[in-house]
Amino acid sequence: MLEIEPLTRVEGHGKVRIHLDDHNGVKEARLHIVEFRGFERFIKGRPFWEVPVIVQRLCGICPVSHQLASAKAMDLIVGAKKLTPTAEKMRRLMNYGQIMQSHVLHFFHLCSPDLLFGFDADPEVRNIFGVIKKMPELAVQGVMMRKYGQEIIKATSGKKIHGTGAVPGGINKNLTIGERDPFLKDIARMKKWALDALTLAKNYTLDHMDTVESFAAFNSSHLSLVREDGALDLYHGNLRAIDAGGNIIFDQVDYQNYNDYIMEEVRSWSYNKFPFIKSRGHIDGWYRVGPLSRMNTAGFTDTPEAQKALEEFKGLTNGKPNHMSLAYHWARMIETVHCVEKIEELLNDPDLQGNDLIVKGDRAEEGIGLVEAPRGTLFHHYRVNEDDQVTYCNLIVSSTNNNEAMNRAVTKVAHDHISGKPEITEGMLNHVEVAVRSYDPCLSCATHALGQMPLVIEMYDPEGKLIDRKSKGV
Amino acid sequence: MINPFPKILFIGYGNPGRLDDGLGTALAARIEEASLKGLTVEADYQLAVENAFDVSKHDIVIFADAAVKGREPFFFKEIRSKSPMSLSSHSVSPEAVLFFAERMFHSKARAYVLGIRGYEFNEYEERLSEGAKKNLDAAVQFIVDLIKSNNFIESVGSL
Repeated sequence: MLEIEPLTRVEGHGKVRIHLDDHNGVKEARLHIVEFRGFERFIKGRPFWEVPVIVQRLCGICPVSHQLASAKAMDLIVGAKKLTPTAEKMRRLMNYGQIMQSHVLHFFHLCSPDLLFGFDADPEVRNIFGVIKKMPELAVQGVMMRKYGQEIIKATSGKKIHGTGAVPGGINKNLTIGERDPFLKDIARMKKWALDALTLAKNYTLDHMDTVESFAAFNSSHLSLVREDGALDLYHGNLRAIDAGGNIIFDQVDYQNYNDYIMEEVRSWSYNKFPFIKSRGHIDGWYRVGPLSRMNTAGFTDTPEAQKALEEFKGLTNGKPNHMSLAYHWARMIETVHCVEKIEELLNDPDLQGNDLIVKGDRAEEGIGLVEAPRGTLFHHYRVNEDDQVTYCNLIVSSTNNNEAMNRAVTKVAHDHISGKPEITEGMLNHVEVAVRSYDPCLSCATHALGQMPLVIEMYDPEGKLIDRKSKGV
Repeated sequence: MINPFPKILFIGYGNPGRLDDGLGTALAARIEEASLKGLTVEADYQLAVENAFDVSKHDIVIFADAAVKGREPFFFKEIRSKSPMSLSSHSVSPEAVLFFAERMFHSKARAYVLGIRGYEFNEYEERLSEGAKKNLDAAVQFIVDLIKSNNFIESVGSL
């Protein structure tokens, strides 16, 4: 048995366990996720209006996505069926800033060493230092774009730790002209860098088609929110699921009814649940979410540069779904361009300076909120009692939606690159990590205090005897 | 020669929803309340690559986080930049942030780490343990005195 724990350059903690046989053949490969299910208990009994702030504690990487999904659920609790234009546009701006900064970090700093130097390259070279040396401008652009996205979040959500922007029924602030203008000043630079990164990601895919077509590639269904006209929409819409051939499984499903379409399976060896499409059953009903899936499910995007890129992307597979895990990188950069275009559109919209921020209506006891988070569709479901306390909470986070897919990716790569080899090298192990990393999983949000998070790699023979152990700090 | 009016950046990080993991951000809040001259205070769930840009705009940076082991009530040490072999946005170390600041933005900042000893982690609860609260009080006093005195060299030597 071989273990890689935790994964490096993915969000949170995870462990890949590969079971080997007598001939170093891969018997089975599994991704173990250290997920803390305790959060759903923690939230019970709390006043509902606190929830959009509290849920940010769930994840230090994507607090905005949790804030927005929970706020959308709480909108329904306070009877706000339609937000004011200012409130909805401020929330959208927040979400585009969040997705932009998350995608940029992943592309420029987490996966670029693999793409620039190759999966098998010497780890002394294949790291962010190598990127800084080889393409210093790329590394700097990554930081500055990330900072831009973070500043958008700060301007719309408030402080990074106690973001209070999205509240039940709307938003608690608008964007002043003074806050807006610095963003407008830099937007052209952001757009150019986003387009450059898109070209880099596209060219990598096209130049390495032999690898991309086979590496962790497998057929699957795909799921995301789409707008009523079928366009890509990262903040709001209805659920659409397609099968591996691109046929609609369901479409324009109001996510308040998600329970009629999606179920979650518990497996004994994982803390993480395995969601599946009810009508397809738990064996065949698994699906993928995230940038790749969104490119597959969306009919088009409503921004010009992203639309051109989407057409090229879809052309690669003649309009059929793209199932290549490594194509997530290209998809991620199309979305980055889309986000930058949407940010520019919103910054020029005077509704952001409006003062009509909150609406309320008839109180309800149940609310479900979905958004497209950077890593995929995020579900928040709450029930609230007459004393305004949360009595029920169910979350399906993006990486849980991709659980089965990531396990399949690990299994395929382990079979293709490790099985039967006399010696397991760092490069082989990195292949497994590359496969998981392409999904950019947010495995859990453990503490990260000083002294924690060593990387441990352990190898066991078929009898379970430890034969090698490697560790490094991260 | 010691700069009598250095621009100082204080970054406290951690998750307040995970018990003592929130020590760094709790310290940031307390230090911000003190409104110290020449000091910029930031708080976040974790360090990230973009902190490198902020570091490059300052002469001195202090990274404050909870520590799962080690000296009580806290340790304080100067750090040098270090290239990360691997990078996770979840776990960018202070040494790596400093490395990025130097290599990408030509920073000359001196950097220190303050590790406040915590005792309870990994549960979802928004409070500090009794021991952590005491350590936090000691850290607040230490940082306020340090910033006011601008005596970083002796402070490192004394701990």
